[in-house]
Amino acid sequence: MIDKFVPDVPAALAGIADGAVILMAGFGNGIPETLVKGLVAQGARNLTLVANSGGRDTGPTADILATGQVDKLICSFVRPDSTAGRLFAAGKLELEIVPQGTLAERLRAAGAGIQAFYTPTGADTLLAEGRETRVINGRNCLLEFPLRGDVALIDAWEADRWGNLTHRASARNFNPVMAMAAALTVVQTRHIVPLGDIPPANVHTPGVFVHRVVHVPE
Amino acid sequence: MTFRPLDRAGIAARIARDIPEGWFVNLGIGIPTGVSDHVPNDREVIFHSENGVIGAGPAPDPDKIDPYLVNAGTQHITLRTGGSFVHHADSFVIARGGHLDLCVLGAFEVAENGDIANWARAPDEAVKQVGGAMDLAIGAKRLWVAMEHTTKGNGGSRIRQVCSYPLTAKGVVTRVYTDLAVLGIAPNGFLVLDMVDGMTPAELQDRSEAKLHWQ
Repeated sequence: MIDKFVPDVPAALAGIADGAVILMAGFGNGIPETLVKGLVAQGARNLTLVANSGGRDTGPTADILATGQVDKLICSFVRPDSTAGRLFAAGKLELEIVPQGTLAERLRAAGAGIQAFYTPTGADTLLAEGRETRVINGRNCLLEFPLRGDVALIDAWEADRWGNLTHRASARNFNPVMAMAAALTVVQTRHIVPLGDIPPANVHTPGVFVHRVVHVPE
Repeated sequence: MTFRPLDRAGIAARIARDIPEGWFVNLGIGIPTGVSDHVPNDREVIFHSENGVIGAGPAPDPDKIDPYLVNAGTQHITLRTGGSFVHHADSFVIARGGHLDLCVLGAFEVAENGDIANWARAPDEAVKQVGGAMDLAIGAKRLWVAMEHTTKGNGGSRIRQVCSYPLTAKGVVTRVYTDLAVLGIAPNGFLVLDMVDGMTPAELQDRSEAKLHWQ
């Protein structure tokens, strides 16, 4: 019997190694907050964190950055007046800024087996300095590579034992994309449902992308 | 007669006047976010939010907030009947792939060739705030900019021959809505489409670093 449920957060995060690339989903909501707290407690270091933004002064992103566990942050947006902004200014955090759509597509490419792609996004900007560009169909384009995670931390609304997931409203955001882009995909879910309860056409993230699920009720 | 500049809500309302029924529109953070407040309910315009919301509606009553439903500025919103959700990669398929009839972004500067600068004030600025702007700027069928005509500090013009700040994208702006005027981008540069009441062409040119053209 396939059963991806694990009993608690430490079991969900067991084996995450120093130096791992961690994909953290979320955009205002849909953030796997309990798993991030668990990663702070678990203590892996020298991490690379991939997230939409650098967060604020409090909250999951700021909290894990403040521990010093993260060496490098890959994201689309950092507020100067935030934990991430101050760590970067102090030389304690490496930063790679990626346009948000390119970030999503690099993650998707990693999950999809695409080895590179050209996009017009950012091609005429400072972000393209020193990088390969090419005019395709008359448009200047920038070469981008997949962004693969060792671990994805995912938030779900419902999950069944195969790891099929739904995400509520705009809490979907990066969750399905990051789930398919990592070697180990760990999910926190608000609700557990019996196999077959989620209508097949309504599964947002199929269980094939999911390895471990832990129940985190609201 | 003296002119009165529009306030930020006034700029948003002026933009809303020009959005016809049926358009699929993304609104950036800042002045553009307010545009949807000025589109009447009986004019069906579908608003896209980059975090995967198609059919974003107005803010909910305080007792009807859904914590799982926010817009790109992470403000609580509602979903209009007919709306839907997509994941982030598909949301930027919409943004980048030419599926938006219009995107409205804020900016620091716009140049007469349609260049836009809206993410950094200096090449060596310590922290970069790109977000989804570069994808939206190159991907929508039309890119309109909403901004004040001049800077608050020294009154320098944001209407430029060449952008002095780092570019977000090259040659993509099709129209600029400021507190003083509406400007199109023509092959020879800025074309004045509208001015606030009481404004003279000479006064508008005086507040614009780039040369303005009139029809």
